[in-house]
Amino acid sequence: MAQGELHKERHVAVIFPHPDDESFVAAGTIALLSQNGIPITYICGTLGEMGRRMGNPILANRETLPQLRKKELDKACAILGIEDVRLLGLRDKTLEFEDETWLISKISNLLKEIQPSLVITFYPGHAIHPDHDALAYAVVKALARFPAETRPGVWCQAISHQRIEALGQPDVVIDIRAVADKKIAAMKAHLSQTKEMMKELEQKIAAEEPEALRWVQYEEFWTYRV
Amino acid sequence: MKPIITVQVQAFLNQYKNKDLFLHLETTSGTYAAQQYEKRVVPGAYIRNGLIRYQQGKIKGNGPYRVGLKMKLGWIYAEGLTHFEINHQGRLLLAGYDSVGNLTVALQLSEEPFEL
Repeated sequence: MAQGELHKERHVAVIFPHPDDESFVAAGTIALLSQNGIPITYICGTLGEMGRRMGNPILANRETLPQLRKKELDKACAILGIEDVRLLGLRDKTLEFEDETWLISKISNLLKEIQPSLVITFYPGHAIHPDHDALAYAVVKALARFPAETRPGVWCQAISHQRIEALGQPDVVIDIRAVADKKIAAMKAHLSQTKEMMKELEQKIAAEEPEALRWVQYEEFWTYRV
Repeated sequence: MKPIITVQVQAFLNQYKNKDLFLHLETTSGTYAAQQYEKRVVPGAYIRNGLIRYQQGKIKGNGPYRVGLKMKLGWIYAEGLTHFEINHQGRLLLAGYDSVGNLTVALQLSEEPFEL
């Protein structure tokens, strides 16, 4: 896919369960969209309450972590140009245990209100974390309720080991080199979660390791057929 | 949080004997552990706002520490605890961190329910 096609979007809904998922998966794409003046709504399921990383040095405890991650989320959204954030107020690691019908309705109602032309989320069944999969399934099931002619497109991120074998190569490739600095800044905004990782990643980028470079050059997605 | 000072934790445990308390207890290896070490079984458990009452509570060990709470009809314990805090709400927060600073276990007690 040519990068120019991002210009065609009218409104994009990004749907992930944890603060930082948006930066890991789609920071570059989001930054490009917002640079093009396309409004973005981030529907964020939880505040990552159950994260194990408390920062190094320790910045939070089990009770203060959600407030810290909310601040980090706000910072990342400011960097990426996301002005509309909807918090679902769910609890980290519990999404798969929620009433699925209720969750689908909740997402469906939000999407009816937002009327996006494109939705970005994880690929259901290929997202490793149970929260990722549970929310992604709810998203595609919510979209199935839309009439085909008004249904937004869906780009999904697959991170399972068997993704290529199961899904083939990603069909959407976004060149994010122009906004690589924003992707790095957004990831760093999630300080409690990413500090160690970013130190390592930046060294690898400086050393021009191909895998690390790709991280700041391209974002890839699979189109989901609802 | 700071490294556990056993006398402070023990004083808290003594003070809250025979009172209704809300318990947060979790153990975790992280959701991605199974992905990193394929075929490894990754256990974890989590209780938030279990209502309990204990007759006796003790902190033991030389660090990491163990805490055991004896109830009328049962027991609660956690091991691998390294850090603590008695927060501004008067809650006891105990946690264990691994060598890279990731939380592995938490045991927390409060007179009011923990936030959801």
